[in-house]
Amino acid sequence: MLEIRNLAKSFGGVKATNDVSLDFPDGSLTAVIGPNGAGKSTFFNLITGALKPDSGEVLLDGVDLAGRSPPEIVRHGIGRAFQVASIFKSLTVQETMLAAVSADQRTSAVLHKRFPLPETRDRAEHVMELLGLAGKRNRTAATLSHGDQKLLDIALALVLEPKVLLLDEPTAGMGPEERWRMIDKVRELWETQKITVVFIEHDMDIVFKIAPKIVVLCYGRILANGRPDEIRNDSAVIEAYLGTEHAGAAA
Amino acid sequence: MTELEAGRADRLAPVRSVSALQRYRDVLIALIAFAVLATLPLLTDSKALLDFVIRCSAYGLFATSLNLLVGYTGLTSFGHGMFFGLGAYSFGLIMQKLGVPIPVAFVATLAITALVAAVIGAICVRLKEIYFAFVTLAFQMLIHSTILSWASFTGGDQGLRGGIPRPAFLGINLANHVDLYVVSCALLVLGLLAMRQIAQSPFGYTLRMIRDNAARASFLGIDVWRAKLTVFVLAALFASMGGMVMALFVSGAYPEFAYWTISGEGIFINMLGGVSTFLGPMVGTVLLLLLNDTVTRFTEYHGIVLGVVILFFALGLRKGLLDFVAEWYTHRRDAGEGR
Repeated sequence: MLEIRNLAKSFGGVKATNDVSLDFPDGSLTAVIGPNGAGKSTFFNLITGALKPDSGEVLLDGVDLAGRSPPEIVRHGIGRAFQVASIFKSLTVQETMLAAVSADQRTSAVLHKRFPLPETRDRAEHVMELLGLAGKRNRTAATLSHGDQKLLDIALALVLEPKVLLLDEPTAGMGPEERWRMIDKVRELWETQKITVVFIEHDMDIVFKIAPKIVVLCYGRILANGRPDEIRNDSAVIEAYLGTEHAGAAA
Repeated sequence: MTELEAGRADRLAPVRSVSALQRYRDVLIALIAFAVLATLPLLTDSKALLDFVIRCSAYGLFATSLNLLVGYTGLTSFGHGMFFGLGAYSFGLIMQKLGVPIPVAFVATLAITALVAAVIGAICVRLKEIYFAFVTLAFQMLIHSTILSWASFTGGDQGLRGGIPRPAFLGINLANHVDLYVVSCALLVLGLLAMRQIAQSPFGYTLRMIRDNAARASFLGIDVWRAKLTVFVLAALFASMGGMVMALFVSGAYPEFAYWTISGEGIFINMLGGVSTFLGPMVGTVLLLLLNDTVTRFTEYHGIVLGVVILFFALGLRKGLLDFVAEWYTHRRDAGEGR
């Protein structure tokens, strides 16, 4: 279980994350939504160690990870994919997967053996199959389509076998049809892999359709938190999205 | 062999056998190369040719080690030549002052290089791109100035004079020209083989990941700083080996070995030969030394000729010679597969 306790981060005078406390039970699927600048990506960056929180706790199964380095946090089981696909452009899909498994098995500093190590094979193969990238195994990452690059980014996070998977806008930059394919994939992964998934999404249709639980952030605070039908009828949320300027700040 | 080909080769084949095969193939190529080089003195009396190969060994080790940083890790060091100079001076001084057997001096020099590289690397590898480049350059100048000003120990601007003693060991007499030649070739081949292993190991792929996207690598649990420091020290060791070959060849060590122009030549060699293939820097070494030797014979304005050649590669091809060949080959093969 991932528990966030009173997490806070300011940039100058701006409170990008302001006293956020949330629980993500094991095996849950949660969407994080909010207007631009609501602090969604900052929230992810604080959990994964890309940014150090000013205060608060990030507890994974009771262990506080707040303020630790990204490699440490990854090793504790929190994986992430990025808004802009973050991949290794000169490596092939297969090399990327094999090297990531090597990193997870702590053999990425091995000098005396040849890459790839036999024991990395199965996990890499499994995840390539899972994300439908096996047919493109020998393609250099830079030559993949935008959608496949996003899938490769998610595959990189998934191949580490995380307990919690954070997806920062898995559908960013995609057309309507591709979006649904991607989000179906996310849902399928969540169902088959039995991991905790938290994803940021802008498309409300997608969010209300697939997320059993939704968190609404606005100006760094939690505006609302609950099931889709609760969120849909929440007056503060309606105001933040449709209503007057600074509705979120007032709320 | 390019990385592209490597990926293609292991399609669907069992990984274990293919990676093992590649290793045997590399060893085989190395053995053949060494055999060819070692028979050269039997075929020719040309001292100049053997000298040329010895110099290629020294510069080849240095340039290939620089490619581990530049090409594989994306660390553009402008000060890599300091380890070439450090190797030459440490080895020369140990032989002159302590009179130990050559293998002992060799290992001791590597140990000293590792220590110095670890300290300098620890400071440098945290820095990004241009800052890394210039701080390495600053350390190079620091070492060069130290050599110049500590004249009582290093001989100052005169260099280490009086020759480096070369006592025979294990039946090898490095004062003999052919023996020196064979040992230089052996060091080159062994050094290249070791660097090839580093490049094709899991660590080698960690380096490629860091070059492409260091932030992502850290989100896979890789300690980027440690990996960079490790390769910085490893590359320094091979550069130092090159320096030792050079010191043995000229039987001395001179401040020019530690001057920044050595680093510049290393970068130039990598540009000439190409950084996307393992042997690119070796090809670049041969090209540069050939150019140097022939052009200086015909004109005193060799700087202009070399400058034009650099411009041709940098602006004309926009890559090194072996990069160009590798791309052409890949292109042809893909066309041949009927895509």
